[in-house]
Amino acid sequence: MKQVRKMMGMTITVEILDSPSPETDLEKVFSYFDYVDKKFSPYKETSEISKINRGELQERDWSEDMKTVFTLSTETNQKTNGYFDITAPNGKIDPSGLVKGWAIYNAAQILQKIGRENFYIDAGGDIQSRGKNSRGEDWSVGIKNPFHPEEIVKVIYIKNNEGVATSGSYLRGQHIYNPKNKTKPITEVVSLTVIGPNIYEADRFATAAFAMEQNGINFIENLDGFEGYQIDKNGQATMTSGFKKYTSINV
Amino acid sequence: MKKFLLSFVFIIAFTFYAILSSSKQLGIYINNLPVGDPASKSAPTSDPQPDKTITPAPPTSNPKTTKKPPQPAPTPTPTPSPKPAPTPPPAPKGIYRDGSYTGTTADAYYGNVQVAATIQGGRLTDVQFLQYPSDRRTSIQINTQAMPYLITEAIQAQNAQVDIVSGATDTSNAFIESLGSALAQAKN
Repeated sequence: MKQVRKMMGMTITVEILDSPSPETDLEKVFSYFDYVDKKFSPYKETSEISKINRGELQERDWSEDMKTVFTLSTETNQKTNGYFDITAPNGKIDPSGLVKGWAIYNAAQILQKIGRENFYIDAGGDIQSRGKNSRGEDWSVGIKNPFHPEEIVKVIYIKNNEGVATSGSYLRGQHIYNPKNKTKPITEVVSLTVIGPNIYEADRFATAAFAMEQNGINFIENLDGFEGYQIDKNGQATMTSGFKKYTSINV
Repeated sequence: MKKFLLSFVFIIAFTFYAILSSSKQLGIYINNLPVGDPASKSAPTSDPQPDKTITPAPPTSNPKTTKKPPQPAPTPTPTPSPKPAPTPPPAPKGIYRDGSYTGTTADAYYGNVQVAATIQGGRLTDVQFLQYPSDRRTSIQINTQAMPYLITEAIQAQNAQVDIVSGATDTSNAFIESLGSALAQAKN
């Protein structure tokens, strides 16, 4: 059973293949995302993160999840030479870049713990799948063409429940411009897809590597257990040396 | 005959002397080679040239990577007037009042999208981004050189059916939401 909902400003799709109670399972997943949104959205006045940013909540009063996310953010910052940073230019804290992958990972854990073996969760193009699809094959993931969003330019087959995350620039493609300064040359890289051991790992390193622009794919190449596919503004793709093992269904 | 014999002897003597002295010169020359003034001098003179061509290479490629410090993609206070703005529906004239209207701030998860719509002659003529998402902010530079084992290819549309699609978070919904609210204000 598959369900699509608009939440947290994005489309979340969940498909579960082997559940005796799919409605209940789906509800569990979506209500978890709702919980995460209410706690971590910097755009909700009542969220815990907003309270922290307004100075209304002392660190000792933070929820366990908030503490976890801060710890993980600090660790990710160190692992990415500072490229992953939850401090916004205005000094506010915005852990959205980490929370998304973390939340998808946790939602998948919820399903796994109640015994679901074949499912996927797709939140805004970041994916955690498990097991096989309805035809008993590896789940297939298409990489969206950043210039023509209705097209895909590559197909990945998920072998061992890896996570797939794509970072990209917005509203580019046919209308390439820098919204801040139209005369500034646009950045080279428009899309970076990362395959990692799970969606939490894939997402946080995709986010950091995308910020490194042309060097991002080198960073992924150097990370054990990660592969990447980068697309530049000219439609030229650069992939890591081990990426090809995911592009064939039988290897 | 004596003359001939004498000159013959003389020629032979001269030839012998010539051969002897030239072989001496040759000997000196050959002896000098291994000691190697010319050889060892020619080695250093040929070395600097490759050096000269090699050394400048890293500097020219390094500035390239350092000159372009990773720019945090779009930051939230832009004022562009992008052309991608959807052209207004061919509305009967006068459906919108002239002026500039600011849309609501719409949550695009990684940031806010807020647009201002400009109406001229009853038509939408410009959309400006007042807020724009930026989920990649950073200022630190790295100097990684391109790696030889990376593989490149030109992207190509695939026909395959896939279960799931991975792409950057779409902000178009937030864009439509903010623009819609701006246009609602502009309505007569």
